[in-house]
Order: sequence, then C-alpha cells, then structure tokens
Amino acid sequence: GCPKDDFQEELVIRPLHSGDIYASFQFRTLWETDFMRGNKVSHYRLFPKSLGQVISKFSVRELHISFTQGYWRTMQWGQPFLPSPPGAELWVWFQDSVTDVDGTWKELTNVLSGIFCASLNFIDSTNTVQPSASFKPLGIGNVTDHRFLRYATLPREIVCTENLTPWKKLLPCGSKAGLAVLLKSEKLFHSSFHSQAVHIRPVCQDWQCKTTSWELRQTLNVVFDLHTPGQGKLEWSLFKMFSRTLTEACPLASSSKIYIDITDDPQGEQFEVSPATHLLSQAMVLGDRRTFSVYDLTQQITFGTVRSLNLLIRWKSRDMLRPLLHAERYVAGYGLQTGEIHTLMYNNHPYRSFPVLLLDSVPWYLRLYIHTLTVTSKGKDNKPSYIHYQPSKDRVRPHLLEMLVQLPPNSVTEVTVQFERALLKWTEYTPDPNHGFYVGSSVISSLVPSIVAMDTNSTREQPLFSSFFPCKEESSYFMRVYTEPLLVNLPTPDFSMPYNVICLTCTVVAVGYGSLYNLLTRSFQIEEPSPGLAKRIANIIRKMRGVPPL
Amino acid sequence: FLGEQCCTMKILTLLSLLATHLSASSVNIEENAGQFFSSGHTNNWAVLVCTSRFWFNYRHVANTLSVYRSVKRLGIPDSHIVLMLADDMACNHRNPKPATVFSHKNMELNVYGDDVEVDYRGYEVTVENFLRVLTGRLPPSTPRSKRLLSDDRSNILIYLTGHGGNGFLKFQDSEEISNVELADAFEQMWQKRRYNELLFIIDTCQGASMYERFYSPNLMALASSQVGEDSLSHQPDLAIGVHLMDRYTFYLLEFLEDIHPSSKANMNDLFKVCPKSQCVSTPGHRTDLFLRDPGSALITDFFGSVRKVEITMETINLTEPIQQVDGSVSDGSSVVPPGVHR
Repeated sequence: GCPKDDFQEELVIRPLHSGDIYASFQFRTLWETDFMRGNKVSHYRLFPKSLGQVISKFSVRELHISFTQGYWRTMQWGQPFLPSPPGAELWVWFQDSVTDVDGTWKELTNVLSGIFCASLNFIDSTNTVQPSASFKPLGIGNVTDHRFLRYATLPREIVCTENLTPWKKLLPCGSKAGLAVLLKSEKLFHSSFHSQAVHIRPVCQDWQCKTTSWELRQTLNVVFDLHTPGQGKLEWSLFKMFSRTLTEACPLASSSKIYIDITDDPQGEQFEVSPATHLLSQAMVLGDRRTFSVYDLTQQITFGTVRSLNLLIRWKSRDMLRPLLHAERYVAGYGLQTGEIHTLMYNNHPYRSFPVLLLDSVPWYLRLYIHTLTVTSKGKDNKPSYIHYQPSKDRVRPHLLEMLVQLPPNSVTEVTVQFERALLKWTEYTPDPNHGFYVGSSVISSLVPSIVAMDTNSTREQPLFSSFFPCKEESSYFMRVYTEPLLVNLPTPDFSMPYNVICLTCTVVAVGYGSLYNLLTRSFQIEEPSPGLAKRIANIIRKMRGVPPL
Repeated sequence: FLGEQCCTMKILTLLSLLATHLSASSVNIEENAGQFFSSGHTNNWAVLVCTSRFWFNYRHVANTLSVYRSVKRLGIPDSHIVLMLADDMACNHRNPKPATVFSHKNMELNVYGDDVEVDYRGYEVTVENFLRVLTGRLPPSTPRSKRLLSDDRSNILIYLTGHGGNGFLKFQDSEEISNVELADAFEQMWQKRRYNELLFIIDTCQGASMYERFYSPNLMALASSQVGEDSLSHQPDLAIGVHLMDRYTFYLLEFLEDIHPSSKANMNDLFKVCPKSQCVSTPGHRTDLFLRDPGSALITDFFGSVRKVEITMETINLTEPIQQVDGSVSDGSSVVPPGVHR
C-alpha cells in the first residue's frame, strides 16, 4: 500500500526574563519510505518533492541547514531549543555508497542555493571542513566515518523574505492554514533574533527500530524585542507578535498545538494567559522540568465563539535559570599584521565539571600559529585530552581545530591562539573590502549534567521541542553553543591607487619633460618693440609715398 | 392571410439576418485566427538587474523591485524571472522598517512584498554572471531558477539600473560592463536563437549610450537619458533617509500600474512615458532593429505573460495559408484546441 506519512505542527511561546518573548515553530513530516532503493519515488503527498529529490539524487543521509539573523544572547535569554550560528550553516552526512563526496557536496550546495534563494554556491573547499567528533549524526545509523561528513558556514549570508518564501512553500499547507499563517515577514524580521532551519534525518518508528522513516523538521525561532512596538509593558499577544490571529489548524496535520511556558507560575499570580485553558503538559527539556499550557488547534472549541484565537500573555517579572554553559569570542591585538583570538567558555555549575568539544574553523587568510595555543582555567594550564588539528592550505582549505576540554566547576576557561593576517591577491577582494572579513562561529558541543532525570525513550509521544536531540542517558542532556562570528580587517590596498598614480605620473612627465624639451629646442629671437600710434600713421603715409619707413 | 404572410416575411428576414451573421462571424474567426499567429512569441522571460551596492543606492533596488512587481502582476511567474539584486536593502540594519522596500514617500507602496524570490544576490551579481545568464553558458550544476531557459519563441524583457556613464554600466562599484560587450552578448543570443524579440530598458546616467552599439535584429531599447545627461532621482523619504526611486522608473511604474493583462496599449505609449518636463533628462528609444512596427507590439507582449486563448465552436481550415493581419502569410500547421483554459 501507500507509505504512511504524518504531519505535526507546534508553536512554543516562552516569555523571557528580560521582557522579550521567544516563539519557536516546528513543523514535522514523517514519511515511511525508502529514497535509496532503485525505483524512484514518484508520488509525494506531505513531503515536499524538491527535498525528496535532493535526498535521493545526492544520497544524503542527514541534512541540516539553517539561516539566522542576529546572535542568540544566552545570558539574557537562556538556552534556545535549537541553536544556530549567525549567517548560514550547512552540515550533511552522506551515505557510505557515495564515491566522490567533494563533487557531490559541490552540486548539493548549488541545488540548495536555488531552492532557498541564498548564495550557498559560495560554499567551496576554502570554507568546508570535516569535523572528526563534533557533529555526530542525530538520526539512526552507525556510520561514523567522518569522511562522509561536510560542514560549512557562511557568516555573511543575510536572511530576508526571499529565503522565507521558499521555506514556507515546503510546508504541506503552505502559508494558508494552520500555524504558518502567523509567519509574516514584516513582523518576523523586525526582531532581535530570527532563525529558520530545515533538518532531515532517518528515525526509528518504534522501540526495536524495525521500521524507519524519514523525518523532515522545519523550525523557525524568533525573539521579539520588548521595546520595538513602542510600549514597555510586559504584555504580548499573538496579534502583537505576528499581526495575525489563528482561525484553524492545518487540515493535513494530525496534531496542531500551542505550548506556553508557565513553569515559574502555575498558580497564575505573576503570570496571566487568556483565553484560559485547563490542558497542562509537563516536559523535560534542556535539563529542566517545565510546565506548559496547551492549546489544541484541532479542537474547534479552542477558537471559541469568535472563531479566532488570539492568545494574550501578561506577566510581572520572571526569574531565569542561569545557563550552565555559555561562550564568548573576540579578537585582541592591534594593527593589521597580527592578532590573537580569545575564546572564553563559562561553566556555571557549582560543583560538577564536564567536558566540551570545541570546533574552530578559521579561513586560510588568518594564519594561525598553533604553537601559541594556550588553554587556561582559573589561571592554570588545562591540557585538552583530545586535539585534532588540520592545517590550512592557501586558497584550498581552512584551518580545523577540534579540542576536548574539561571545564572545571564554576570557572572560565580561556583558549587563545595568535595569528597573522595574509595579503590577498587584488582580484580576491570583495567589492567592499573595508567592511572586513568574517570568521565563522566556534561550535561548542557538550553533554551537560542535568538537574532532573531526562527521558531516554525517544519514541514515546513527546512534544516536538523536547525530542530533537536524542537522549542516550538520564543524567545529562546534549547542548550546542555557538560563539559570535568575528569580523577582522585584512590589509586592504587602495584600489583607487592605479588611477591616482597614472594621473600623477603623467602630470610629472608632462611638466618635467615638456619644460626640458622647450629649454633645449627653443630658439630666441630679438624683436623690435612695436612703435607708437603717431609713428605708425607716419609709416603708412611714407609707404604710400614710396619712401622707406622710420 | 396577412398574418401568415407576416409570419413568413418575419421568418425570411430572420433567416437572412442569421445567414449574414454567420458568414460575418466566420469571417471574424478567420481574422482572429490570423491575429492569433501574428505575434511570434509563445513564452515570456524577464531579466531584472540592480547593479549597485551600499545603502545610499536604495533607489536602484526599489527600481528593480517595482518592475519585478509589475511583471509578476501581469502574469510572468517567478520561474521565468531572473532577479539579480546586488545588495540587500530590505533586511539591511539601516532600514527602519525591515522586510520592506518602498517606492513612494510616506511608505505607500511596498514593492518588496511577501512573495519574492531573488535568484542572484549580493556578491553573485557580477558582469560574468550576468553575461552567462544571457548567453546560457552556465556551469552544469546551476539550478533552474538561476538560468534563462528561453528559446527562439521567447520574448525577453531586460531591465538594468545602477550607475553608468558613456558606454558603460558599473557593477557593485568594482567592475564595468561596456556597450560593446552587451551588444555582442545579444548577438550571441540571436545566433543561438535564444529570443524572438527583446526589449531592453536601462535607467542610468547617459543610458542611451548602452544601446548605441546593438546590431542584432528584433531588439527594441529604451533609456532614461541621452548621452551627456544624468538621470535624476525622484524624491527622498525623511524617515528612511535616502532617495526612494529614480524618476524614469517612477513614471514607468505609474504607467504600468494602469496596464492589465487584456490591455491593448502598445509601445508607442511606452515611448511617451516621462517626458522632459517630468524627467528633467530626455528619455530615448531605438526601434530601427525591430522588424515589426512598434505600434503593433503590445505592452503585454513583453511585460506580461498573456496566453492567447480563443474559445470557438467553429472549425477553421488551417491547411490553407491564413492571411495575417499585416498581410504576410503564415503556415497554419497547428490546431486551435477548443475550450482550452489558462
């Protein structure tokens, strides 16, 4: 028979400590089919055809692509459900049947640039790396040969409506019904943080993993700034955030829910949500047990008599769970010759230490001096237990540095490395070189100890936001933190210089040579001064008379 | 008696009227079939390019997006439009209203909209990519949305805007395309049969110099100013802080807003857009390479994607040559399917 497919949509709203509000959309399509078999899949229902063809043509096992505008401020907003670095990030695991991974990677980036209207075709060998430990597959499969993994970021890539439009067209209901009607670009891009992503991976359908299906998750995270709409009150509604209200669920969805995080105040004293709902749900997410009010859009009663749902959220103040892990990065030094990259990793747990994997991918034009790499915690040297370093090659590949560092409890760990800036060829500069050159974010992946016991049964019915990262053990949860991207200035030539030089040289030559030539070749003649008026008239009369002039 | 005579008379007149009407309508059907084959194009493409970078060149992006908007409204789908924007104005951090690009002050018309697909953006807009798109010589892994897949029955609209001079157009403040290169690219397109008719519109300073060197047939060109003249911008918006549109494209947009898919306005009306009193510069045009009379070329032949559909219950004999409206004869080898809908 026809392979089963299923679509679920979900929106989680979390008011933040600073007064901003965080909304996270997730749209998941599950399809029990096999793209890798010989016969091509031809009948697509909920799963978008463009992505299905990409999976089968390029033998993709996992694909993760994200487009982000803004930087996630961990200390003010806590942890996101799905982290992403500023700009565009793409990492792909290929099947082990692929023979030429680099060629397939190049073609895949070109096809994706057409699908998402982004300049992903700028991904080439100079910004692609093969991490050995940081990006393990998030779906099923035992292949861990990192020859089939490719990772690249484009920190300069902008996100705008032209990227949102094709992203919305991949959804089964488009932007016409369900939660996707809220996705209006004028509101989404007028925010502190906007990130949209597509994640494709194979997952198990049941506990024993007898059947597998392909999972497509489209996620959109946005943080709306308190002060943008003009008022300072801690009051938000769906209409204020998205300029729309909801009228129906997507008819093709088996589940369509809205979760509002009311953990800090289940009694409703500090916090007020209207219309009220009696549906509550608890979930273990990011190492914490959170309570949510649930609105089920597949029930007609949710929309009330006015047939439209506009959630209103009001709160007075809010505590925030201090994030256990966060990181910063900056460039130190002066001048345009050398510099130093400092990465700071903070472990805020009072008594537990845990290891983190730091991944750094630095472009070839910043020549790292790895012998100057130092890792210090609390003033003392902290030797990493695993280092994987691949040196760069000019114009071919970037630096790759991966380290496993143990962070002591309640401490700051500082990683520093010195570099030298290269001089590029004049054709390699962008049209606006004085803007600077970007270095992609560092990635810090870690299993962070958790306060509550996490749920390891991945196939139980869980809300989508808590089931993204697979959970292998109860006492910790997986977390990924991205640092800021760096903007460094390279020594930039003055591009107007050739024109100025030509003008100056020609002027000097013309004035100098011309003067010399005149001096050498000019001959001087003595000339009589011209006579006065009376004499001239007398000369004319004399000439008429035929007499020699005066 | 009289009544019966009246009845027969009435019937006779009715019959004769019907006969003449039928013969007249059959003549109309032949004429319509002739008109059907008069314009040689079957599909429409548009290549819209903004070549300027930096925030103060906001107006060039607004120019291109307003032509994009008109072209989409008149029926050309995104798959047939190649849109190249050299910089991002809508989500630029200096834009006080993100995800919008306005063409009128007081923020009346958002030409960026909610459903826009930009094919080449940012650093991808280079002279090389532009010429490759025109001539079709792209690397094999280029996706379809970035290709100009036109054939010999395509009418193409090409719109360029940016900073230009006498004989060149500047791309991203770092390289130029000359009028000779452009003319050669169009000749390549003609040799490869990549267009049926081509309309070239350019809105830059000294724009007329860019079409001086064309030499391929079936090209019509319009420019916003003559050689030696500057094209001027229209009006600044004090909230956004930059000039929003150029004058020529502003009045072109106003003109196009009145055009709908069934409009019969022709190219002579387009030549009258933005006279010197409104534009300050003198717009120019060139039609000597165009084989048809410009008066017979409709605006929607280039700006819209109008499918010629005529529903008829009659049968027309297409094996005999059909007299076309302008006198030439076409070989009717295709059949008009009855009842076809768009």
